[in-house]
Amino acid sequence: MEFVLLIFLPVIFALLVPFAYKKIKGIHTGWFVLVVPLVLFGYYLSFLPLVMDGGHAISEMKWIPSLGIAFTSYIDGLSLLFTLLITGIGSLVVLYSVFYMDREKEDLGSFYVYLLIFMTAMLGVVQSDNTMTLYLFWELTSISSFLLIGFWYTKDKSRFGALKSMMITVFGGLMMLGAFILLSIMGETFSVRELIAQAPDLLNQPYFTLALVLLLLGAFTKSAQFPFYIWLPDAMEAPTPVSAYLHSATMVKAGIYLVARFTPIFGSASTWIWLVTGIGLLTLFWGSFFAVKQTDLKAILAFSTVSQLGLIMSLLGAGAISYHATAAMFGFATYAAIFHLINHAAFKGGLFMIAGIIDHETGTRDIRKLGGLMSVMPISFTVAAIGSLSMAGLPPFSGFLSKEMFLESMVALQHFELFNFDTWGILFPIVAWIASVFTFTYSMYFVLKTFIGQKKFDQLPKQPHEAPIGMLISPMILATIVILVFFIPNVIGKWIIKPAVMAVQPTLYASPSAVDIHVKAWHGFGAAGLWLTIGVVVFGTLLYLTIPKWQPLYRIQPDKLSLNNGYDAMMRGSEKGLNRVSRLYMTGKIRTYLLYMFAFMSVTIIAILFIKDAFVLDMNSFTAITLYGSLNAIVLILSVGFVVFAKSRLAAIIALGGVGYSVALFFVIFKAPDLALTQLVIETVSVALFLLAFKHLPALSTHGETKRNKMVNLIVSLSVGVMVTLVALSSHSQKMIPSISQYYKDTVETEAAGGNIVNVILVDYRGFDTFFEIAVLAIAGIAVLGMIRLRVSRKEPTDENK
Amino acid sequence: MKTNDVILQTTAKVVFFIIFLFSIHIFFAGHYAPGGGFVGGLLTTGAIVLLLLAFDLRTIQQILPFNFTIMTAIGLLLALGTAAGSIFFNVPFFTHAFSDFDLPLFGHTSLHTAMLFDSGVYLVVVGSAITIIQSIGGDD
Repeated sequence: MEFVLLIFLPVIFALLVPFAYKKIKGIHTGWFVLVVPLVLFGYYLSFLPLVMDGGHAISEMKWIPSLGIAFTSYIDGLSLLFTLLITGIGSLVVLYSVFYMDREKEDLGSFYVYLLIFMTAMLGVVQSDNTMTLYLFWELTSISSFLLIGFWYTKDKSRFGALKSMMITVFGGLMMLGAFILLSIMGETFSVRELIAQAPDLLNQPYFTLALVLLLLGAFTKSAQFPFYIWLPDAMEAPTPVSAYLHSATMVKAGIYLVARFTPIFGSASTWIWLVTGIGLLTLFWGSFFAVKQTDLKAILAFSTVSQLGLIMSLLGAGAISYHATAAMFGFATYAAIFHLINHAAFKGGLFMIAGIIDHETGTRDIRKLGGLMSVMPISFTVAAIGSLSMAGLPPFSGFLSKEMFLESMVALQHFELFNFDTWGILFPIVAWIASVFTFTYSMYFVLKTFIGQKKFDQLPKQPHEAPIGMLISPMILATIVILVFFIPNVIGKWIIKPAVMAVQPTLYASPSAVDIHVKAWHGFGAAGLWLTIGVVVFGTLLYLTIPKWQPLYRIQPDKLSLNNGYDAMMRGSEKGLNRVSRLYMTGKIRTYLLYMFAFMSVTIIAILFIKDAFVLDMNSFTAITLYGSLNAIVLILSVGFVVFAKSRLAAIIALGGVGYSVALFFVIFKAPDLALTQLVIETVSVALFLLAFKHLPALSTHGETKRNKMVNLIVSLSVGVMVTLVALSSHSQKMIPSISQYYKDTVETEAAGGNIVNVILVDYRGFDTFFEIAVLAIAGIAVLGMIRLRVSRKEPTDENK
Repeated sequence: MKTNDVILQTTAKVVFFIIFLFSIHIFFAGHYAPGGGFVGGLLTTGAIVLLLLAFDLRTIQQILPFNFTIMTAIGLLLALGTAAGSIFFNVPFFTHAFSDFDLPLFGHTSLHTAMLFDSGVYLVVVGSAITIIQSIGGDD
């Protein structure tokens, strides 16, 4: 089977969702939707044996062959890992949403349609081998994320958050498109595999560094790295299943995927190592530090996601060092990155679901109002504790293993001797360690402040009680995975992580089994990781206990200097500034716009006529002046003069009709019956129209024009006149190519079975023109109808909040 | 104020049909003689405008109770349908077909799909022109 088509399964299924929602009222729509990720998860599992041996599968569907754009599904260790995450977590999230989203109150039809669109987009991102379709799916994830964040669109904050995430991620997406275009110029292909194959040649190309930076901009905006992370906390306005799915487990990892996928191409550059590791570590520190400042449960989780993404990012950067140093330690980093990615998806997904449950059952997410929930919500507490301890990096949870690998990789960085790492390398383990201390602190902050401590149930909007079992199933499954992975890390390693590591570093390993890493929980007392972890626990506990003492320190940073304020100022500024620029030339008067158009048209055409030396005058082909012709011309000129100098509008309208009729007479004189007929009827109808609209028109003299205005009008109208005359004269005289009329004469009988060339041109030879003309005519008619008949009364304000 | 326009109204009643029939003629004659859907449509519009000048908008809406916006849409669909029809016969978009037939009453007649396209044009012209006139004239 062509499994590339499976990418589209969710979006095709989405077409049916609205019907299911409308017609089957008794059953929650989510149950139908659940089938899609489950089936896909089951199907993609069947790729595991193939990929475990280092194999890969490709399936292609042509889209625009002439440009080399195709939907290519390329499944190797890396894309399979992400695919399983998307479909696996997707199933759990849909199951959770069945209980979270109210069947009566929420617009489930739209919700699941957006969610399924996202699923297709995300599968497309991780499976596409073609950079152009990868970009397409990438932007589609941004759009579906926009729709999901703004799901409760009546709230101001939702709309603000949706727009913010859209602005930042689409900006990044466009940068990434630039990188893809540069890569395709350098490598002459859109295929990622082919680009990887020529990676050594690309390294010396002039655009290499530019492409690298642009690509990283795409990855950093999507994966919420510093300073672009500001959209993620605002994205928490989305319904919690969405936060768990898009904004912790899958979409924000698209940037990680991108960095991992392109490591074979860019990884050997020092810029890459510095940027990815440096920004990753900075984000890790920044996110963990500011997480303790937050009071909203979901905001804490958002900042913790930011920091964990930074952690994975820095590990990927450190992993790229293995191109330069053979020490096994650096190969370790990539392994740790993939390992932590899986762990993070499991524990953070679960924690988000718990935050949703707390919100659902108590009515608030404000950590200052919560406390002592353990007694009423024991299952939620257990799951939250498992997730938090895993996040903090404690045994016996999976986070401990990957966290320790992370610390050891960072310690190893100081032994790397290229690119100034010997001087600055020592900073990396220090920052990583401090960030880990804060990670420990906010993990404790999250779980202890909520579940333990003083009971403040009287402050809660609802009387708290344990969530329904259906809502708890998904977080419980995730918590089980968190514990299970701790005990069988090497099974996961063999099946999933090693093939993914091989995909990230294909040149280093011949097969997944060549990745020589065995994860252990215990390395003996000599291991640096052990002592660092003990230090984290000790200092983290100290910090947690003293939170009330140092939390006020966050207020030192003035709001004016925050990144969010910078974003707001930028948005406001660009809106105001561009508005001001538009106001310079947009007066709102049609007269002014016509003036621009006519001036531009006449100047460019006259200029081209003379620059290209196109003006020709051939007196020989002119017709002789006849009596009727000259009489008609005099009438024409007189009526034009009358239009210009008329004192009343009525007189001007009638004179304009005179102009039209005399032009029609010229058509008669020059034996063009079709034109004459049309012109006559048009004149009649348009004069009638003018008269109909007459009572709506303002009086002639209320333009408020100055002498200067009138001079400008005169100059422009004269130049238009000159332009038309010159063009008419030279198009009559210039015979560079034979006229097409002979062809019409020859074929009108045989090809078109007609007699009247003019009409056959209209309906047959140039039917396209006619078709679009009548389309324009219809649009004009509907526009007039819309403007006059369907005017919205200005007294009714349109309020988006309703 | 009551205007005395008996002559105008009486003439308009007769002339309307003359112009209308002429417009139909000119529409069908288009393929071989001057005329066609565009001019035909405009002439019909002119005939209706004449009625409009002689009577008022409400009377016109009673005499011709069509929804002219829908007429425009039908015209566009007809034109597009004729153009698109050719792709079902595996020839390029907008390829016309024609042939001669022996029809009862009309005798030997040449039929052409261009006529269908042209009637689309006719309907769009009449529909949108009258839509515009009704909108502007009816806005009191």
